[in-house]
Amino acid sequence: MLLAGLAAWAVWPEDPGYRTVDERVSVRTGPLGDQDVSLDTRLYLPDGASAGNKVPALLLAHGFGGTKESVALDAQDLAGLGYAVLTWTAQGFGASTGQIHLNSPDYEVRDAQRLLDHLAKRDDIQLDASGDPRVGVLGGSYGGALSLLLAAQDKRVDAIVPMITWNDLGKSLFAQSAATTDDGVFKQAWAGVFFSSGMSGGRGGGGGLDLESLGANGEAPGEGGEAPGAGGAGPANLNPQCGRWAADICQTYLRVAAAGRLDADSRQQLAARSPGSVLNQIKAPTLLIQGLADSLFPLTEADANARGIAANGTPVRVAWFSGGHDGGDGPQSDADRLKFLTAQWFDHYLKGNGEAPAASFTYSRITGLDAVDRGTMATGYQITDYPGLTGQSAVQVPVSGGPRTVANPPNGTPAALSSLPGTGSGALSSFVNGVVSDLPGQHARFESAPLAQAVSVVGTPSVQIRAASPTGEAVLYVKLYDVDPNGSAALSMGLIAPVRLTGLPTAIDQARPVQVTLPGIVREFEAGHRLRITIATADQSYLGLAAPVDYTVAVGPADGGGLVTLPTAPGTPIATADALWLYVLLGLVALLAVGLAIVIVVARRRHRRVDHSVSAAHADTPLWVRGLRKTYGDFVAVDSIDFTVERGQVVGLLGPNGAGKTTSLRVLMGLTQATAGEVLIFGHRLAPGAPVLSRIGALVEGPGFLPHLSGEQNLAAYWRATGRPWEEARFDDALAIAGLGDAVKRKVKNYSHGMKQRLAVAQAMLGLPELLVLDEPTDGLDPPQIAEMRRVLQRYASDGRAVLVSSHLLAEVEQTCTHAVVVHKGRVVASGRVDEIVGDSPTTLLDVTDIDLASKTLDRLDGVTGYAVDGERTLVVDLGDVSRTDAVSALVRAGVGIDRVTPRRRLEDAFLALVGDSTAGSGDR
Amino acid sequence: MSVELKTGRAAAQADGAAEGYRAGRTLTYATEFARQWRRKRTQLALGFMVVLPVILLIAFELGGSDDDGRSGRGQFSQLSDAAISGGLNFAMFALFVSASFLLVVVVALFHGDTVAAEASWGSLRYLLAVPVPRARLLGVKLAVALSYSALAVLALLGTALLLGTVRYGWHPLQSGIAAEIPPGEGLLRLLATAGFLGINMLVVAGLAFLLSVLTDAPLGAVGGAVLLYIVSSILDQITALGELRNFLPTHFAQAYLGLLTTPMQFDDIIKGTISAVCYFTAFCALAFYRFSRKDVVS
Repeated sequence: MLLAGLAAWAVWPEDPGYRTVDERVSVRTGPLGDQDVSLDTRLYLPDGASAGNKVPALLLAHGFGGTKESVALDAQDLAGLGYAVLTWTAQGFGASTGQIHLNSPDYEVRDAQRLLDHLAKRDDIQLDASGDPRVGVLGGSYGGALSLLLAAQDKRVDAIVPMITWNDLGKSLFAQSAATTDDGVFKQAWAGVFFSSGMSGGRGGGGGLDLESLGANGEAPGEGGEAPGAGGAGPANLNPQCGRWAADICQTYLRVAAAGRLDADSRQQLAARSPGSVLNQIKAPTLLIQGLADSLFPLTEADANARGIAANGTPVRVAWFSGGHDGGDGPQSDADRLKFLTAQWFDHYLKGNGEAPAASFTYSRITGLDAVDRGTMATGYQITDYPGLTGQSAVQVPVSGGPRTVANPPNGTPAALSSLPGTGSGALSSFVNGVVSDLPGQHARFESAPLAQAVSVVGTPSVQIRAASPTGEAVLYVKLYDVDPNGSAALSMGLIAPVRLTGLPTAIDQARPVQVTLPGIVREFEAGHRLRITIATADQSYLGLAAPVDYTVAVGPADGGGLVTLPTAPGTPIATADALWLYVLLGLVALLAVGLAIVIVVARRRHRRVDHSVSAAHADTPLWVRGLRKTYGDFVAVDSIDFTVERGQVVGLLGPNGAGKTTSLRVLMGLTQATAGEVLIFGHRLAPGAPVLSRIGALVEGPGFLPHLSGEQNLAAYWRATGRPWEEARFDDALAIAGLGDAVKRKVKNYSHGMKQRLAVAQAMLGLPELLVLDEPTDGLDPPQIAEMRRVLQRYASDGRAVLVSSHLLAEVEQTCTHAVVVHKGRVVASGRVDEIVGDSPTTLLDVTDIDLASKTLDRLDGVTGYAVDGERTLVVDLGDVSRTDAVSALVRAGVGIDRVTPRRRLEDAFLALVGDSTAGSGDR
Repeated sequence: MSVELKTGRAAAQADGAAEGYRAGRTLTYATEFARQWRRKRTQLALGFMVVLPVILLIAFELGGSDDDGRSGRGQFSQLSDAAISGGLNFAMFALFVSASFLLVVVVALFHGDTVAAEASWGSLRYLLAVPVPRARLLGVKLAVALSYSALAVLALLGTALLLGTVRYGWHPLQSGIAAEIPPGEGLLRLLATAGFLGINMLVVAGLAFLLSVLTDAPLGAVGGAVLLYIVSSILDQITALGELRNFLPTHFAQAYLGLLTTPMQFDDIIKGTISAVCYFTAFCALAFYRFSRKDVVS
């Protein structure tokens, strides 16, 4: 039923809180505004949005290679917050027509302007002025750059949240970490991933997983069928070299990728597609989110954007998270923080709700692996003001080592591996400490002494290096490792700093130091760890120099050792939901304590309400049973039983198997609850666990002992469990009754059935209870022991105590008991003194030779009460007043031969007379 | 067997009880503790907790240095690589290897055996006829079973810590996922780990205890609890269950690993504690409810 409930809950259609409108929007775009492009759009309208209740809008742009589907989940979240969210597939991708112009102001940005027009025409969108919707723009990577470019180009944009995006595309793809020239090292792996994903026009729909989809980490190209025929850009018509790329961009890529260098034209072309050139135009408040695990658009890009926009006096806020193009969404705590920051940003700047968000800077640091969900765990930190990449202060750590010679492999192969562009999210844990393998001969290491105290780095460390090259030119990769005392080295997020150096001397002593800005990281370097600067000559993600030459490299200026500058910016940890859960836990514990107290109080009160009255009439009667009935469902085990056990009596409870004897005894012991009827013990009403039970000693349904204890220990343990004073136990008496001798020291599991039985009787007699209830006490005993048991029981009852014995051994009951209760089919069929039940006239069995003659003889004999023929030769005779001797001699005189004369067992007769020949118990009724 | 029973009519109290009987004094904690202590099962279980670290130590001494890499649990597997780096790590390793199964079995044994064993011996009806009030019987048995479970964890921890420290020395705790933790703080974290393991085991304890009340077969109760625990662990591997997994009693079983990171991750520890306490309470409440109304027929 629980499962059914869960299933129902899982499939129950939930009101999403929004509705969607899929629409193809035609825009006129291009430098002259004369090219028709049809955009595949989807608008998420929150419930309640109407002409009378206008809502602010958001443009949500997807990442490179994505479509409107890839941002669906984010759009749904935002629509749930009350925004009309317009998503669309950028031109050149998915079902939209057009070509990829790489966020050209004339194409993609203009498209977005037309979409603003489109929003302004709707009657359910809030307007600032005619044609000017209240709108925010957000997106990751490709979409993030679009939001910046659109905000610069169109003043109607009211707030933007660009994520993991670039400031200068040229500098991003041609990375240069040295403060010398702008000429960088080509990120061939990333560029290749992107170019190929543009070949087919991007992947189709699909998951749309938050930032993974926002960030174009260029998964395998999507299904071909997704591309439309409308624009004539279907897969069949694709240019094999350029796919859906616009010709100019395509040619540029082919040119620069082949050369590995950025020329002036391409530099200009990429600059036009970079926010860096238009930052001074941006007036919309900007929340910049950048990833720490991002080898494509590192923290420096967001830093440049932040500084550029803040220079206008525009509100800017920066947040870093432990994800990015390499790291994906990052830990859940980061995703939650970013969602909160984004919602807060738009809530204030679009809806006008809440205080203006502070300019405080937040970042997170990976603290370990999530033990439960296998993800990465990060702790968020907060700093009042954005400190930039150089931190609030810096720590300098010297690294040592003389100049080293390193070899540049031909064509950059083999090369070290630092990151895996395009593998995307989910692999963040492998990036935390990098996946680096440095190749022998291709790298030089410079290490520091163990750190005296931990350094928490937030920002871009830097170091000076020197290099000499026979060709005057070198491409080097500088890495900062965290080396633990065991010698294992970690490269934070797998980030490295490529540098291209020119004009180098051939000898290292003439080389001038060059400042290298290492990748921005957030990492705690523990005390006892060492810093290691590694300078390598080749990396698989970058296009290095082809010529096989040897470089000489060193750190720091020629006259001294190298210094690594570590920026620090101590932040305050952001409280997470932990605290809340702690309160939940405390509340729960308190609740349980209160609940337990209530249960105890209620139980006490209920106990007090139970009838504790003592029936004076029966106060001295050990046992008084009336109308006892016990049913199990439809099955009647005991129908109605009445009997009384008085002091001094040994009462036998007789009955065939299944008559209800044991069931009655179970009720007497408080083990089961009677269905109806009343049982008084010394006048106290019986209930399970009633204190008056302590005056009863019992053996019910065989012995029950702890097999691992000896007989003696069992008796002692039992008595201790009663909690009564030791001296009341009459321990020696009980042991004497058991009569086990030395065997009492042996473990019970080695006992015979008879021994256990005797021990059980002894246990029942511990403390000499006033009422002894024994169920088949002689079971398993040998005849002398049975005789002894008989005497013990008779003696036991002689002193005002009482004994109730159930048995099916009639002779035993006859000899032991003063009274008997015969039970049959759940009812008492006779009760009273044993001799009363038996009656006064004993019967005799006669086996005779001539049964007719014998009958006639007996008929003539005065005083014979009656007889019955039992079989061919046997007579059952009630001799009445006639003695057995007279009867036999009369028969012999009459000529009847007598084989055998047997006095009948009297109770058996009575018993058989009462219950009949049927051996069926009550269970067979 | 020829005995002269002494005569004299026993005095009775107002509630009908025999003189000297007090419901609150029946089957005390100490009595039950002693009853269980003499059992082979108890001694073997506790003894094995002491022997296990010895076996581990011998294995480490005999075993070569080759290992098959960090298969399985990624960086946490470094826990086993670091096991011989000091007493703290050795003790942590001993906890780590016993947490997922051995402790489960031992705790299930101590709790599943409580009522079911008495029922199967037949001694339960004599305790109830003493009479030991049913709630009291259950409460004392639960307390004693919990004590033995705690004792088992402590025995394992203590032996491993002692042996490990004697053999490998008193060194900082290495977790492989965080920096070295100084010995003093490491000991606290070790104790916290053992504490959380104990709390997490409350799920098994409650389940086995409930089953013990429901059945007369001690093996059925122990086996049933272990079985359900394993089923829950398997379901927890199915990530497709999503949020539902948070409600599995074993979902937070490994949250103690969060205590090895710097800073410590308490989030899952707290959630795990909430989960364990809820399950334990529910199972125990059911057990008490059932037992107080049950017809004892065994």
